[in-house]
Amino acid sequence: MIISEQKPLEEIRKMVADYDKILILGCGTCATVCFAGGEREVAILASALRMAVKIDGKEKVFHEHTVKRQCEWEFIDEISEKLKEVDAVLPLSCGIGVQAIAERFPNCRVLPGVNTCFLGLTEEAGIWSERCVACGNCLVHETGGICPIARCAKSLSNGPCGGSVGGKCEISPDVSCAWQLIIDHLVALGQLDRLEEIQPPRDWSSSHSGGPRKIVYPFQEGNQAEVER
Amino acid sequence: MKAGTNLEKVLESGKFTVTAEAGPPKGVSAEVMQRKGELLRHCCDAINVTDNQTAIVRMSSFAGSMLLKQQGTDPVMQIVVRDRNRLAIQSDVLGAVALGIGNVLCLTGDHQKFGNHPNARGVFDIDSIQLIQALKRMRDEKKFLSGDDISGEVPLFIGAAANPFADPFEFRVSRLAKKIKAGADFIQTQAVYDVAKFTSWMEMVNDRGLDRQVHILAGVIPIKSAGMARYMRDYVPGVSVTDEIVARMEKAEKPKEEGVALILEIIEQLKEIPGVHGVHIMAVGWEDIVQEIVAKAGLMPRPAV
Repeated sequence: MIISEQKPLEEIRKMVADYDKILILGCGTCATVCFAGGEREVAILASALRMAVKIDGKEKVFHEHTVKRQCEWEFIDEISEKLKEVDAVLPLSCGIGVQAIAERFPNCRVLPGVNTCFLGLTEEAGIWSERCVACGNCLVHETGGICPIARCAKSLSNGPCGGSVGGKCEISPDVSCAWQLIIDHLVALGQLDRLEEIQPPRDWSSSHSGGPRKIVYPFQEGNQAEVER
Repeated sequence: MKAGTNLEKVLESGKFTVTAEAGPPKGVSAEVMQRKGELLRHCCDAINVTDNQTAIVRMSSFAGSMLLKQQGTDPVMQIVVRDRNRLAIQSDVLGAVALGIGNVLCLTGDHQKFGNHPNARGVFDIDSIQLIQALKRMRDEKKFLSGDDISGEVPLFIGAAANPFADPFEFRVSRLAKKIKAGADFIQTQAVYDVAKFTSWMEMVNDRGLDRQVHILAGVIPIKSAGMARYMRDYVPGVSVTDEIVARMEKAEKPKEEGVALILEIIEQLKEIPGVHGVHIMAVGWEDIVQEIVAKAGLMPRPAV
């Protein structure tokens, strides 16, 4: 799941300052699950902003709407009529949703209401933590199903570094050392010898280092060639 | 001989070796580096030059190493993988070798959040073990990591760090073994205060025959004050300053003298541990004490090899 977090109200207030009619647009998928931008958060943010502009003595209108998913054209097309009534939209979705809105409605001012944080897991209600950095080159079969690229602060492939103490990472006592987790897991599996092998330097070209990524499924290849021509 | 540096020669001669550490200045003063070099060069066989230690920006280890080299000192250029990618590191190593630097110590580096630029992006393109491997390949195969040929020889004496006091304790020897397999010629350890724990680590090292494949220099950091002892106990990751040491420093009437006495006791014990080929004295900000420590430890004069 894509974990996001609502921006501070102060920051949102500054973003909306130049606009009078704003659509606060929720997303019914990840942003709802992580309490950043579902229907409930849209309503809470709208009332907070209404109160704030009242204090400022301004007149602004905040519309509320939530779509099922902001990252797919078919779900965002439904807002085209609503956009005619506003001069900006404040999507409470991850960066994918925000950009989908901007791309689909190029005349619309788009103000991101959340920060997209990471690809993560709901550990328990209200606690999310990072599990994957989408490096495009999965290695967890070597590391007991635990990703050191996402979960080690230094993304070490041959860890742990000298900062691992008592199972915790040097950056914070609240962060588990990924390599301690990996070692514990491999010990339990009787596979610690797997770590004797030196992992070669990573091929980061499959990660963002290789530039923005794209996957074209075989049935689309003809269409893609058409588009590029 | 791999690089023919003074450090390599002294270690290969089998003599108990002494290295020390000199941190470059937070500025452009060559004199700061030269003064530290002058304080240390007669009492040790090589001087480590730290690379943005604790993630605080300082003069580069490359430039610092060159300033020592010009003095006639044998530098150990430290490289952390936190700040530079594989392109930058390999090109720096070529430059360093071209200018006569032969010893390189390969490190991960403290996380950038500890330093004075906590908002920086950490690089960590390769890790310290992959760096050791890369340098060995540059030296032995005259090839870059990519497989491209390097023109000319790249003589290097390759170092790595080991921290016997970090966790998981049992895996620490395996990690050392990986560093040796990757190509480490010498090891400098994290500071030893808990000699018993270090001894049991060395026994595991020796049981695996690793002491015959690499030169191990045990790290020591002289403690100046009770405050420093407490700070190292509480805040420096992977250093095990014991409560006894803190109490001893707190009770001391002359803490500096007590700190020297303590470090001499530790060095005396380290000298007796099989497989320990020397000591690495990291007197951060207290370089002028090193000569006294080395002399009182009976390690003067340093051998001419």
